[in-house]
Amino acid sequence: MTGKRLKREYPLHLLVLPSFVLALLFSYGPIFGLVLAFKDFSVVKGFGRSPWNGFDNFDYMFQLPDIWQVVGNTVYISAMKIVAGLIVPITVALLLNEVTKNVFKRWVQTLIYLPHFLSWIILGGILIDILSPTSGIVNQFLGVFGVKPIFFLGSNAWFPGVLVASDVWKEFGFSTIVYLAALTGINPALYEAAVIDGATRWKQTLHITLPGMTPVIVLLATLSLGNVLNAGFDQVFNLYSAQVYDSGDIIDTLVYRLGIEQAQYSLATAVGLMKSGVSVLLISSSYYLAYRLANYRIF
Amino acid sequence: MVHSSTLPGRLFRAANAFFLLALALLCLFPLVNVLAVSFSSSTAASAGMVKLWPVGFNLASYRFVLQKPEFMRALFISLERVSLGTAVNMLLTVTLAYPLAKESVKFRGRTFYVWFFVLTMLVSGGLIPWYMVIKSAGLLDSIWALILPGAVNVYNAVLLLNFFRGLPKELEEAAFVDGAGHWTILWRIFVPLSMPALATLILFTMVGHWNSWFDGMILMNTPEHYPLQSYLQTVVISHDLSLVTMSDASSLAEVSDRTMKSAQIFLAALPILCVYPFLQRFFIKGVVLGSVKE
Repeated sequence: MTGKRLKREYPLHLLVLPSFVLALLFSYGPIFGLVLAFKDFSVVKGFGRSPWNGFDNFDYMFQLPDIWQVVGNTVYISAMKIVAGLIVPITVALLLNEVTKNVFKRWVQTLIYLPHFLSWIILGGILIDILSPTSGIVNQFLGVFGVKPIFFLGSNAWFPGVLVASDVWKEFGFSTIVYLAALTGINPALYEAAVIDGATRWKQTLHITLPGMTPVIVLLATLSLGNVLNAGFDQVFNLYSAQVYDSGDIIDTLVYRLGIEQAQYSLATAVGLMKSGVSVLLISSSYYLAYRLANYRIF
Repeated sequence: MVHSSTLPGRLFRAANAFFLLALALLCLFPLVNVLAVSFSSSTAASAGMVKLWPVGFNLASYRFVLQKPEFMRALFISLERVSLGTAVNMLLTVTLAYPLAKESVKFRGRTFYVWFFVLTMLVSGGLIPWYMVIKSAGLLDSIWALILPGAVNVYNAVLLLNFFRGLPKELEEAAFVDGAGHWTILWRIFVPLSMPALATLILFTMVGHWNSWFDGMILMNTPEHYPLQSYLQTVVISHDLSLVTMSDASSLAEVSDRTMKSAQIFLAALPILCVYPFLQRFFIKGVVLGSVKE
């Protein structure tokens, strides 16, 4: 019996095997590598022979002068992104839904989701160019109205705003399409019935369209909770400079500087471990919430 | 849907169309501006005269970039990465999705594997341990460092798994009766029937590989091995702003060859610009694919 099952199932195990080995090495390997956080790692002694040092790295981490500033920046930036990233696409989806000419609708959709597919290297390069205080087109445009040149990427007052705005610019088109896909699932008979009852377009939007979108909105909102500690490394790293560390330095960029630039491996791992730990809690509870509220399952 | 033809209704629709058009152009303008700068003379570009149309049209910057050995080398590494990486990714996605699409009764190991792979989506070791593992695997400075660590994409496998589950069970059963094994069924029945889903995943994987820059920057010891986006990171995005004062920083941006940077940005965006309009047709299916379950 067992032999027969083994014979029937072993090809399936074989199919999983390559993925299993790679995931074991490159996903589970780094998880076990987290023990670095409890060691005083030195490249000379290597991974195994570096001495344990308990929670010293964590003590040191909490003594870093700007650690709470960095945590605050991270949460602030990502929270703003989550809120703006919900409101803007929902609004645009509702507006696009009112468009009757399909050709126009398709063109708008195609243009607004373009930035989603470009990397932050490309977009960062573009933003640095157009936001330049001297030759950038944005400051030239503002100059027409007598506004003095603003160093958007070099001032702590502007930097978080630029991060949120450019993130919305990159992603709103793509999210809009997800919401529009949800709208196509609404039964047209509901609208016909509403018109007979004398409902205006506004009333229809309020009482049919929005409730029809609610499940998707709830789902995406809860899933985004898991990202509260991810303020967007790719974006920040390519836009920030030491001038805006006060407002723009986030956990991931701090880990990068500590670990890769300054080679403080153990300390950087400790900071990363704290982040991973909190993230796991956030992601698990967001999946749980999504399951309870929207009946969403990964499998 | 029913639309009113009253005056307020028509006014709203006109204003709405105008607003959406403005929004769409807002997404396009920065790219058009960079394109215009890349075709302009360097004096016009430095003087900030270029808006949405080239001033002093010329191709000098493109001629320069396309003759630059560093740029071409990085471009070829990127092409190698995209083709090799997409092939490996898709092979693993297909071979992982098939067994996991089986019911637990038919494949006893399934529950264990599902947890094993889902956990990798929830927990990660973070930057430093990730780097150390790849280093001790001896992959640093090799193209495989850009391909193997991210080769198992569990999210894509889940999308495909759900697609597989939607295929008629009778086909598989009939093939079994005729004596086909799992391997044959996968490649002769499941894969051909899943072409729409696979096309979506292939395009997304290609775009992902093309756009990746961080791993190239960290895992390649020598800039000669950088793929295009990592190379651009060093060229276009200057980090040394921290060392100079504000007035220096702004004059620096001008003496550095602005048109050349613009040309490189545009060339790196070009493949995406060519491919992405075709993504729309597919990716709506892809998005729905993941969200709808029986």
